[in-house]
Amino acid sequence: MRDFSYLRAASVDAARQAAALPGAMLLAGGTTLIDLAKCGVAEPETLVDITHLKGLNGIEVSERSAIIGALAKMGHVADHADIKSRFPAVSEALWQAASAQIRNMATIGGNLMQRTRCPYFRDPANFPACNKREPGSGCSAIGGVTKGHAVLGTSDACIAMYPGDLAVALVAFDAVVHLGQSQVPVDDFFLLPGTTPDREHAIEPGEMITAIEIPGSASARRSTYLKIRDRQSYEFAAASAAVGIEFEADGRTIRDLRVALGGVATKPWRARAVEDALKGKVLEPDAVRAASLLAVEGATDHGANHYKIELAPRVVARAILKMGETA
Amino acid sequence: MTLELSLNQQPAHARQGSSIGQPLTRRDGFLKVTGGARYAADNHPPGMLYAVLAVSSIARGRVAALDTEAAKAHKGVVEVMTPKNRPALAIDPDAKDNPFMFRLDLLQNDQVRYPNQSIAVVIAETLEAATEGAALLSPRYEALPARVGLDGAKSFVPRGVGIGGPAVQHKGDVETGLRSAKTRIEATYETPAQYHNAMEPHAIVVAWDGDRLSIDTPSQGLAMAQGRIAGLFGIAPENIHIRSPFLGGGFGSKGMISGPQVLGILAARLVGRPVKLVLRREQMYGPVGHRAPTRQTLRMGMDGEGRLTAIDHHARTASSTFDDFFEPAADASHTLYASPAIATSHDAVRLDTGTPLFMRAPGEATGSIALESAIDEAAHACGMDPLEFRLRNYAEVEPMTGKPFSSKALRECYRQAAETFGWASRPLQPRLMRDADGFLTGWGMGTATFPALMFQAEARAVLRSDGSGLMETGAQDMGQGAWTAFAQIAADGLGLDIDRVEFRAGSSDLPNAGIAGGSGHTATAGMAIHNAGAAVIARLADLATGNEASPLFGAGNEGVLARGGRLYRRDDESRGESYAEILMRAGLTEIEAHGKGAPDPASQETYAKHAHGAVFAEVKVDPDFGQIRVTRLVGAFAAGRVINPRLVRSQYYGGMIWGISFALHEEAITDRRSGRIQNANLAEYHVPVNADVPSVEALLVHEDDPYVNALGIKGVGEIGITGTAGAIANAVWHATGVRPRRFPIRIEDLLG
Ligand SMILES: Cc1cc2nc3c(=O)[nH]c(=O)nc-3n(C[C@H](O)[C@H](O)[C@H](O)COP(=O)(O)OP(=O)(O)OC[C@H]3O[C@@H](n4cnc5c(N)ncnc54)[C@H](O)[C@@H]3O)c2cc1C
Ligand code: SF4
Repeated sequence: MRDFSYLRAASVDAARQAAALPGAMLLAGGTTLIDLAKCGVAEPETLVDITHLKGLNGIEVSERSAIIGALAKMGHVADHADIKSRFPAVSEALWQAASAQIRNMATIGGNLMQRTRCPYFRDPANFPACNKREPGSGCSAIGGVTKGHAVLGTSDACIAMYPGDLAVALVAFDAVVHLGQSQVPVDDFFLLPGTTPDREHAIEPGEMITAIEIPGSASARRSTYLKIRDRQSYEFAAASAAVGIEFEADGRTIRDLRVALGGVATKPWRARAVEDALKGKVLEPDAVRAASLLAVEGATDHGANHYKIELAPRVVARAILKMGETA
Repeated sequence: MTLELSLNQQPAHARQGSSIGQPLTRRDGFLKVTGGARYAADNHPPGMLYAVLAVSSIARGRVAALDTEAAKAHKGVVEVMTPKNRPALAIDPDAKDNPFMFRLDLLQNDQVRYPNQSIAVVIAETLEAATEGAALLSPRYEALPARVGLDGAKSFVPRGVGIGGPAVQHKGDVETGLRSAKTRIEATYETPAQYHNAMEPHAIVVAWDGDRLSIDTPSQGLAMAQGRIAGLFGIAPENIHIRSPFLGGGFGSKGMISGPQVLGILAARLVGRPVKLVLRREQMYGPVGHRAPTRQTLRMGMDGEGRLTAIDHHARTASSTFDDFFEPAADASHTLYASPAIATSHDAVRLDTGTPLFMRAPGEATGSIALESAIDEAAHACGMDPLEFRLRNYAEVEPMTGKPFSSKALRECYRQAAETFGWASRPLQPRLMRDADGFLTGWGMGTATFPALMFQAEARAVLRSDGSGLMETGAQDMGQGAWTAFAQIAADGLGLDIDRVEFRAGSSDLPNAGIAGGSGHTATAGMAIHNAGAAVIARLADLATGNEASPLFGAGNEGVLARGGRLYRRDDESRGESYAEILMRAGLTEIEAHGKGAPDPASQETYAKHAHGAVFAEVKVDPDFGQIRVTRLVGAFAAGRVINPRLVRSQYYGGMIWGISFALHEEAITDRRSGRIQNANLAEYHVPVNADVPSVEALLVHEDDPYVNALGIKGVGEIGITGTAGAIANAVWHATGVRPRRFPIRIEDLLG
């Protein structure tokens, strides 16, 4: 381990200033950052501890929206009565993430910033080539173990999967990331790898996530998060879907539909093609299954991850049909 | 080492009279749940330094350069040990006198033979400095291509498999048997490399004092470890004191002292100060053994009544390039099903991996999942219920040898487990059962078996004039409950209530208790304890029966009973006296005696000795996603005398859960280019979590075995995996109609 300095930020502004210094990193629950420091991916020179900052762990839910402070714990948000009733997909995504111990430590801000589980990314000592870590160094994953890699949004430079669950639900419901005064839609906050896989988020040094805001909606109220994996718990998604639905007064015709995918793409993946194909239609199983195939349009596999292309549309279809049933 | 039972001296459920058979809770449980149990890495002798391994990135080649200067320049680093300055050893680490002597990587040269091989050790004042020092070594390599996979090298037939059994065996002529069969099946199954992954990493704390060594390290075989270290360093075994009161799991990987542990000893010698070395999780994927991958092909023939006419079981496995351990998977077909012709054979390839090793049910687990799957396929091919098929082919004598079984309550296991499970209502055809939520539901079964092994052990018993007793043996508690089960045997052996017995174990200065492995520890060390108890009671009885002042005078040794701290006349239990009275009258403060535990060679020749069991599994499979859940497991096991039903049940549960792990989760995934394992951590190397294990039931089937040993003990540590893994695979087939042939079974295998 290298020496680093540790700084307890006195305020949000102080934290931002400190985080702007070269080599500085914010420390929240530490469940991502400490792991990455141990395997040599993160080499912070200064850790700016923000865990004690006041006023950043609130969970405010109204008719219009939910505003969740960046320091709110995953476990608290998952268990919040109003989040459960108005944004079930958000609660379910969090419940199915990581383990109880991690959810008790980890924060919402840190959760958005978690890094890929690509095993090559996390092993600099043995695999120097990784464009995400070292731009231009190459990609060790391509041609290697790719079972957990993305099939959507990949580039020649990087095929790493975005592993988180919460952000999938957030992108489905047009949530917005608050960086102090400025705000960025979640869909824009996460970047495609393209030729710059090292840049993952639309956030600059010296900026800090202060909250996320999720607009309330009928589709958010009637939503679910379905996560499929080999193990029952404590595993990242093989494929997952956040789905919300709003019917017309007839209770059958789809007025609004939200679909996002996890476990298959390089960022939380909004599947607008599926939404567009079904909006205005009557919910009907065959139509749902056919439309769900659009979720993986343009997908490319790297061998061992091919099954994700088969699996993801089925997960989407099941989630939509499940939401239809609960009329 | 005495167990420091500070607060819980009185185990719950202790009672007067016989201790054997009582469901005592673990005597060390309180210490463990309160953090009071001291594991090896918890020790911190004064002046101790931290040693951290630097391990190889490549699978094969040589280390061309190490920047030792950069490491040494790092603040806090005291020394860097490389092949250049590593202290001399008395023997070559590559020497091998016997199959249990595994070749070790102890910086003997610059060669690299597998990923994560030790290439240097950095010793520093702090763990952090040593860790950073190891990173600063920035090794340069001359690499050669890695040989990976079961087709990665030229195959050959090894000279022996497992602990030296023949690689190829047969009885009768399988080709004739297959030709004469009415129905035949042939199938190939693959099992992956698996790693022991004990919660507690291999750790060692070492202090040299001249030529004497003081060591804290987890060991499943203290005397063997002591002997190996003595040989390597050219010192007398009695100069080496190893303490191992608790292991955080071993599963075979702590059976032999490993290379990294010896490097800790070398590091302490080099710097002349005590040293602690603890493996990081990822460093456990290489130098401390693993379960080798297998590819197994089974051919079976059946006559018109569903009787087997032939079993042919071939296994391909792998060892390292420099040492021999060959997973004896095909041997699973020797003991379970009657057939006039049985052939088993192994071949192997040499890969650039660490040497594989015993891993909980080595050969039995890998062989069982293939054999039990094939039996299920054979039953289906004959249109028979899998249980009926197994009963039709029930082995009344050991199929390969024709020896009678010392005891075999397998029919009763089948009956009890099937009844509890509700097997009778199972439809024969697959994909016919669905639950209310639309999940495909399947039921499968497997037969469990494990040999009843015994090794060599000794114990020392003492009776004291205050009426208490002491039992000593260097036994090892890996978490299985040795502290409790052996104390129970000791109490009965000494004729004392358990709270009057002091039991010492877990230290190399106690009598050699043999190895905690092969499911033979309770039988072996238990018999040593039993015999030591009997011997000291005989001495006590001599004192009493030979003394006119004793109410036992003239009763003769055989005419005396020991119970509750008193000796009684067998013919008149109203006449007796306490141990304390006898010793006091004789003017003795204590008497002692020794006892041995070992297999009886005569009965070994005559009888086949195995534990048996039957496991039934229910799985539910999502028809769209191929996601598998094991919703119910029922096992019934007959393994001779049960010393402590609570502990025994826990062993079965643990084994059965490992069966889930084998069938559905565990797999080391190798990058074929580099030969490196890409999931060398517990986030990605999966074992079942609680949510994967909703309901497990283990039934204890009564079995008296007069031949295995005087106590009638077989073994319970490993059998639970066998049978279970196959039962789950068969249930998956019954649910889906898809026959799993590659393990673990994954979503992608069932997506269809
Ligand atoms: C074994 C394991 C399994 C897991 N499984 C899942 C899973 O199934 N699903 C899932 O979604 N997640 C999973 N996770 C990830 C887990 O959810 C994240 O580690 C966690 O949410 C990170 O939060 P934290 O507060 O601990 O962040 P930290 O580790 O403290 O920080 C993470 C990163 O975010 C930055 N950061 C923290 N707070 C802010 C802020 N306010 N503004 C800007 N930057 C900030 C830090 O500088 C750092 O770079 C798993 C993690 C582990 C270790
Ligand atoms: S997939 Fe991306 S993160 Fe993984 S090795 Fe390639 S560039 Fe690095």
